[in-house]
Amino acid sequence: MAQLSLRGIKKRFRNVEVLHGIDLDIGDREFVVFVGPSGCGKSTLLRLIAGLDPISDGEFQLNGRTMNAVPPSRRGIAMVFQSYALYPHMDVYENMAFGARLMGLDKAEVEARIAEAARMLRLEPLLKRKPRELSGGQRQRVAIGRALVRKPQVLLLDEPLSNLDAALRSDVRLEIAKLHRDIGGTTIYVTHDQVEAMTLADRIVVMNLGRIEQVGSPRDLYQTPANTFVATFIGSPRMALLEVEREGDALALPGAGSVTLPRLPGPEHGRLTLGVRPDAMRLRRDASANGYAATVIYTEYLGDNAYVYARLGDGTLVSVRTGPDESYEPDTPVHVEIALEGAHFFSRETGQRLSA
Amino acid sequence: MSAAVEHYGDRRGLLGTLGRDGLIQIILIANTVIMLAPIVIMVFAAFKTSAQIYQHPFALPDFTHVENIVKIWTETNFLRYLLNSVFVTGTSITLVLALGTMAAYAIARYEFWGAGFILMFFLAGLTLPLKLAIIPLFILMRDLGALNTPFSLILVYVAMGLPTTVFIMTGFIRTLPSELEDAARMDGASEARIMWSIMLPLVRPAMVIAGIQNLVPIWNDFFFPLIFIQNDNLKTLPQGLTTFMGEYNSNWGVLFAGLTLSAAPIVLLYIILSRQFINGMTSGAVK
Repeated sequence: MAQLSLRGIKKRFRNVEVLHGIDLDIGDREFVVFVGPSGCGKSTLLRLIAGLDPISDGEFQLNGRTMNAVPPSRRGIAMVFQSYALYPHMDVYENMAFGARLMGLDKAEVEARIAEAARMLRLEPLLKRKPRELSGGQRQRVAIGRALVRKPQVLLLDEPLSNLDAALRSDVRLEIAKLHRDIGGTTIYVTHDQVEAMTLADRIVVMNLGRIEQVGSPRDLYQTPANTFVATFIGSPRMALLEVEREGDALALPGAGSVTLPRLPGPEHGRLTLGVRPDAMRLRRDASANGYAATVIYTEYLGDNAYVYARLGDGTLVSVRTGPDESYEPDTPVHVEIALEGAHFFSRETGQRLSA
Repeated sequence: MSAAVEHYGDRRGLLGTLGRDGLIQIILIANTVIMLAPIVIMVFAAFKTSAQIYQHPFALPDFTHVENIVKIWTETNFLRYLLNSVFVTGTSITLVLALGTMAAYAIARYEFWGAGFILMFFLAGLTLPLKLAIIPLFILMRDLGALNTPFSLILVYVAMGLPTTVFIMTGFIRTLPSELEDAARMDGASEARIMWSIMLPLVRPAMVIAGIQNLVPIWNDFFFPLIFIQNDNLKTLPQGLTTFMGEYNSNWGVLFAGLTLSAAPIVLLYIILSRQFINGMTSGAVK
């Protein structure tokens, strides 16, 4: 059982407020990913949950108990650090035993727990090695093993894949997902990589500038982003935002013509932001198409499909997913058609989503 | 790339024939000779009579002639001086390292009001020649009743050693990743345990440097014992050895034997610790 509840959490470093009131509930056995650009406060929030930094304002409860003043080791929380932070002078076994012994466990129990973690993470042949004799992926597994030995209710992972090379990253990502299921605890994972967030999370918390922008399942965030920040942060290549002028059913883009879309949300007249992902656009060569005029810049060929980058009449760069066999020479004039079901509408002033 | 190689090979002269490494070797060998010569002469002289020293100062001695060493051991207070030196130096170094490391850890890691000032305060000690303060120090020690006790020396040596130690250790501790301490905190280690089990093993190379840095001047110090210690039973080695230097005649052989014996422990310690010493000097250069 591990229910976390954050209420109005604020964090100030001297006079600078870096978290402006975080409200969040995390359920038992949930895999939650904090994602956001550098400096958005996601790692700070993780350190507050861990108890490594004091909370300036607000309340953090774990299973109904206020944790603000509880020292890190008494919270039932373990953490895997970005640099792994393995004790360099201890071998793998000692690294894992250090915390377990400090919990006051007897020798047999310590050994049993290490054996279990070592088996789960395939560390048995490495137990007598020092951290410097391990590869990056092995160090990563030791760091996770050290956290597991303490049998935490909540496991915190701070950008655990950022020090691994690309090939290893997807393997370890799978392992972490499997591990989360096997342990059956609550996992909180911090990353700046939206792909990691999308693939691992039950729920994603998107953060920006010390605030939560949106909380939801990967599907929610992708299909109904709450604002332009989430819309452009989730999904790759990113969603294009077009600053259009609405007149009835017509959406005019300066210098690129006008597109007619039925059943638009919001007021009949005015300016709004139209968001379209690469897969909701189609390129047409004929000028009569219901699309915005654009010029092809270049094409990224990826084998199973391709992305064509085109500049619209008003200067906005959009990427459009096309079939791998379609080819467009640079400087070809095209029209970009927009599928209504893939169109997102946001208020120009607030950036918030306009619902139909 | 290849042009540069040709250019390098085309050059003639010492640098061309020996190469840069060869030149460095020559300089290092010359340096070694210059540094070792006095020590070798000292050791040789320890096996000679005064007359032999004057006649053939650089000649190989008869190493079976151990009369000087026997004399030092049996007819002088050498052993007492040696024990005094070991006690004073050992206690001073232990205190300097213990206090200096703890102070440096606090300055480097804990954020508190005045941390910067305290570091500057320690560093200011580097610029202060303690010998200038000898008269007030003497009065202070007299009033404390510490004259003619080893504690007068230990107090001064600890004060002398702390600035460099805090300086070296603070710099070193700052290079260690703070995530290690966070990890230990998550593991449930107390601050004292973090210091002892995590930080101490990691700062050992820096402690060896700070230790050696302080060891040699304290072991060799002649000035403070001369002022503070009159009781022959409390004299340290450098001070005690001066008894062999008379106003009219000196027993040079015995003096050199004493010097050799007094230098030996430091040289041995240095050799034993040199690996750690070198590790410590280069660590931090490469991450």
